Amino acid sequence: MKPRLKPDLSVNCGGIKSPNPFWLASAPPTNSGAQIMRAFEYGWGGAVWKTLGQDPPVVNVSSRYGSIDLGTQKIAGFNNIELITDRPLETNLKEIYEVKKRFPNHAVIASLMVPCEKQAWHEITKKVVAAGSDGIELNFGCPHGMSERGMGAAVGQVPEYVKMVTEFVKEVSTIPVLVKLTPNVADVRFAARAAKQGGADGVSLINTINSIMGVNVETMVPKFAVEGKISHGGYCGPAVKPIALNMVSQIATDPETVGLPISGIGGISIWSDAVEFMLLGSSSVQLCTAVMHHGFRIVEDLNAGLEGWMRRQNFAKTTDFIGRTAPNIVDWKKLNLHYKSVASIDPAKCISCDVCYVSCNDTTHQCIAIDRKGGNRKPHVLQDDCVGCNLCSLVCPVDGCITMKPVDTGLKPLTWEDYTKNGMKGYGEVYRRH
Amino acid sequence: MATSKMKPVEAFAELKGPMTREDARIESSRCLYCYDAPCVTACPTHIDVPRFIRQIAAADPLGSGETILEANALGHSCARVCPVEVLCEGACVYHDWQEKPIQIARLQRHATDAVYATGEPPFSPGKDNGKRVAIVGAGPAGASCAAYLRRLGFNVTIFEKRKLPGGLNTYGVAEYKMSQLTSIEEMKFLFKLGCDVVTGKEIGKDVPVADLMNDFDAVFVGIGLSDTRTLGVPGEDLPGVIDALSFIERVKAKGGKGVPASKSTVVIGGGNTAIDATTQSARAGAGKVTLAYRRGAADMSAYDFEILLAKTDGATILTNAVPKRIVGKKAVEGVEFEGGLVVPCDRVIKAIGQTKHFALAKALGLDQHDDGRLKVNAETLACSRAKVFAGGDAVNGGKEVVNAAADGKRAAWGIFRSLFPGKAPHADNDYWISTIDGRKVAPIVPRSAS
Repeated sequence: MKPRLKPDLSVNCGGIKSPNPFWLASAPPTNSGAQIMRAFEYGWGGAVWKTLGQDPPVVNVSSRYGSIDLGTQKIAGFNNIELITDRPLETNLKEIYEVKKRFPNHAVIASLMVPCEKQAWHEITKKVVAAGSDGIELNFGCPHGMSERGMGAAVGQVPEYVKMVTEFVKEVSTIPVLVKLTPNVADVRFAARAAKQGGADGVSLINTINSIMGVNVETMVPKFAVEGKISHGGYCGPAVKPIALNMVSQIATDPETVGLPISGIGGISIWSDAVEFMLLGSSSVQLCTAVMHHGFRIVEDLNAGLEGWMRRQNFAKTTDFIGRTAPNIVDWKKLNLHYKSVASIDPAKCISCDVCYVSCNDTTHQCIAIDRKGGNRKPHVLQDDCVGCNLCSLVCPVDGCITMKPVDTGLKPLTWEDYTKNGMKGYGEVYRRH
Repeated sequence: MATSKMKPVEAFAELKGPMTREDARIESSRCLYCYDAPCVTACPTHIDVPRFIRQIAAADPLGSGETILEANALGHSCARVCPVEVLCEGACVYHDWQEKPIQIARLQRHATDAVYATGEPPFSPGKDNGKRVAIVGAGPAGASCAAYLRRLGFNVTIFEKRKLPGGLNTYGVAEYKMSQLTSIEEMKFLFKLGCDVVTGKEIGKDVPVADLMNDFDAVFVGIGLSDTRTLGVPGEDLPGVIDALSFIERVKAKGGKGVPASKSTVVIGGGNTAIDATTQSARAGAGKVTLAYRRGAADMSAYDFEILLAKTDGATILTNAVPKRIVGKKAVEGVEFEGGLVVPCDRVIKAIGQTKHFALAKALGLDQHDDGRLKVNAETLACSRAKVFAGGDAVNGGKEVVNAAADGKRAAWGIFRSLFPGKAPHADNDYWISTIDGRKVAPIVPRSAS
C-alpha cells in the first residue's frame, strides 16, 4: 500500500507565511491575545488583529450586531456597527509580542487605522513592527463609524488616498503590507491598482457592505437598534460570498493587478468556500462570521476538509491550485453563443412537487409540461423549447433530479465579440426565442 | 402480560402537542410549496396547505389561520382530530423521497391557535339576506354549515338536544386527541358570528317538525348517528357493560375522573372508535386492556396508525374472537368467546358501530338508503324533501370531522343557490367559500372593488 499523500497546507500571502490558509479576520474574534492564542491552539494559521488605532481608544455603543435568518439557516447574513479596538494601544502591542513569542510560526497581522497623516502612520507602523508582527493590514474598508471620521472606507473609496497611505506605511515598514479593500465602490479594481502603485505586497477583500438589517414591522423601529436608532453597518456572512468572489476574481484577472497576492474574505463558512476563493486567486483566506457563529473549533473541519480535497485532487501544496479557475472568469462577450444545454428530469427521482413546472411556466420559457393522464403529476421538459436557463434545476429540491445536458449543435464556437466583428452574421439560432 | 405503562396522570396528555414558534419556523421551512399540491387534494375541505404553511414561514400566523378557517370552519379541531396520516400528510410528496412528511396538522394547529388566542373570528357575518335557516344538530356538520351561512348573511338557529354543542367533537373524541374544552371553545368562537343556539331541545320531541318547516326557509340536518348497536348476547345488561361513546363521554366528563379505573377491560369492536376506547382505557389506568375483534386483523377498519398506538399503549389484540356471552353474577366478570376462551374482566366496552336515526328521518319525511343513510344530491346536499339539506355522519354513515365540515360548507352553498338561484352573494359580504372539490366557487371580491 502506498503511503497516503500528506499535502502541505502552508501558504505565503504577499510574504506572510502561515501553516495553513485559514486566518481570523480583523474583528471581535481577534480582540485580544488570549483569544488569538486559543485560536492558534485550535489550529488557525493566522490572525489579523482587531484594528489598532491611536490612543485614546474609541468607545463603542451597546447593541452592535444584527443578522438575518433564511429558512432554517441562522445568520445567513450578519452586520455590525462595532468600531476598531477599544483597548489602549500599548496593551495590544504587548499582547502581539506575547503571541508571537508563543506562536512563532503562526501569522500575526496587525490591522491599522489612523488619520491620513504621514506621521501618524509612521508611528503606528514602527510600533507594530517592533512588537513582532508578521505583517500589516491597512484597514481601508470599515464602512461604519470610522468612515465618518475620515478613516476606513472613506480612504478606500478614494484611490489617491489608498496609494498615498500605502506609500506612507511602506516607507517605514520592514514587514509585508496588505491593503484591505472596501466593496462599497463602483469598481474595486481602481483601489486595488492604487494599492499596488503604492507598493502594497497584497490586498485583502472584501470588507463589509453598507447595510441596514431591517425594520421590525410591529414596532416600526430598526430590527437591530441602539435605543430605537441605527446607523448603517457592515454586512458580511454567507450571503455576501458571491459578491466577494466576483471582486477577488476581478483583481486576479485585471491586467494591471494580475499576480498581486490576495487574502480572500467574505462569507467563508466551510472548507470548500475557502477552496473557491483560492481557485479564483486568493493565497490565504480570512473568516469571521462563521467563527462568531460557532467558535474557533470550526478550523478543525476547515483544515480536514482542505487536506482531504487536496489529497483527492493530488495537490501536494497550495500553490498547485491557487488561481487555477481565475482564467475561466471572462467578459460576457467571450462566452460561446453556440453552446447549448437543455434540462432533463429524471422521472425515477422526481417527487412530483411540480415546483419546476410552475416556475418555468410562470416566469421563464414555458418549456415544462405535465401529461395528466392517469393522475400523473410528473413533469417533463419540452426539449425543443428549452433555452437551458437552469431555473428548473435550481428550484428542484431533489439532488440530481434535474440536470442540464449539453447538446451538440454541430456549430463552431461563436462569441459576441466575433459575432459583432462578423457584422452580426453566422449565429446558428441554437434555441427557440419565445 | 401486556399492561399499560402509562400513569393515570399522563392519561389525558395530548398526543400531538403544540409547536413552539421555532418548531413552526423550522417545520414550515421544510415545505416545498408544491404546485397543485397533493395535500390540498387529499383534504376534504381543500385547505390551501402550502399557502398556509408559507404564511407561517413568513411569520404571519394570523393570516395563515384565516387561510385555514376560510376553507374549513372547523380547522381548529381538525388540526387535532384529523387522521392526517391517511389525508394531507399521507399525500405529502416527501413520502416519495423516503422522508418524513411535513407535520401539517401541527402547523395548522399553530396557526389556528394564534387566531383563537385573539378571541375574535377572522370573518364578519354577511349582510342580512332576510332568509332564516334552521340547523338540526350542533355537531361538526351543523356548526360548519352555520358558520358559512352566517358569512353569507343568513339568520341561523341551531337546535341541539344535548346540553353542550360540538357533537362528537365535544363528547366522543378521546381526550388525548382533543380536550372537551377545545371543542367547546371552537363552538363559542363560531357562534360569535351570530347564531341562535338552542340546546337541550330535540326536534320531533320538544320542537315539532311542522314548526321547523313553517318557521324557516331551509333546514340543515346534521344529526349524526344514533345509539351504539347491541351485541345480542346474554349478559349484555350486566353492570360494567358500557358502549364506547358513553365510556369516552364519561371519561371526559370530570377531568378524566368520570369513571373508576378498571383492573381489566375488554373492548369489543375493530373500528377507530374501538381503538379510541382501548387507548383511552389504557391511558386511564386500566391494568389490562384487551381488544377483541370478531374477524381477522386485515378486516379491521381502524387505521393502522391507530392500531399501532393501541399496541404501544400495551393493549392485547385478539382477532377472530366472537363474543358468546358476558359472564358475571351481579356485575361483569368476563367475556366468553366462541371456542370457549374466557377473558376475565370488570368492564366490557362495546364499539361495534352505531345505528341511524330512522325515526327522526321518518318524522322529517326524508328518504333513506337501505342502511339508513339520508339520500342527498351529491352536489348540493339537498334531501328528498324540498328546503331540507343534510350532511355529516347522517349522510356518509360515519366518517371524519373533516368530512362533516366539508359537508357543512357544501350545504351552505347549496342552500344559498336554492334560495337565491342565479345570484351572487352580496358584494359587501365578508364571505369566502373558497373551494368545493378544489374549485373556487365564489370569487374573492375585495370590498373596495365592489
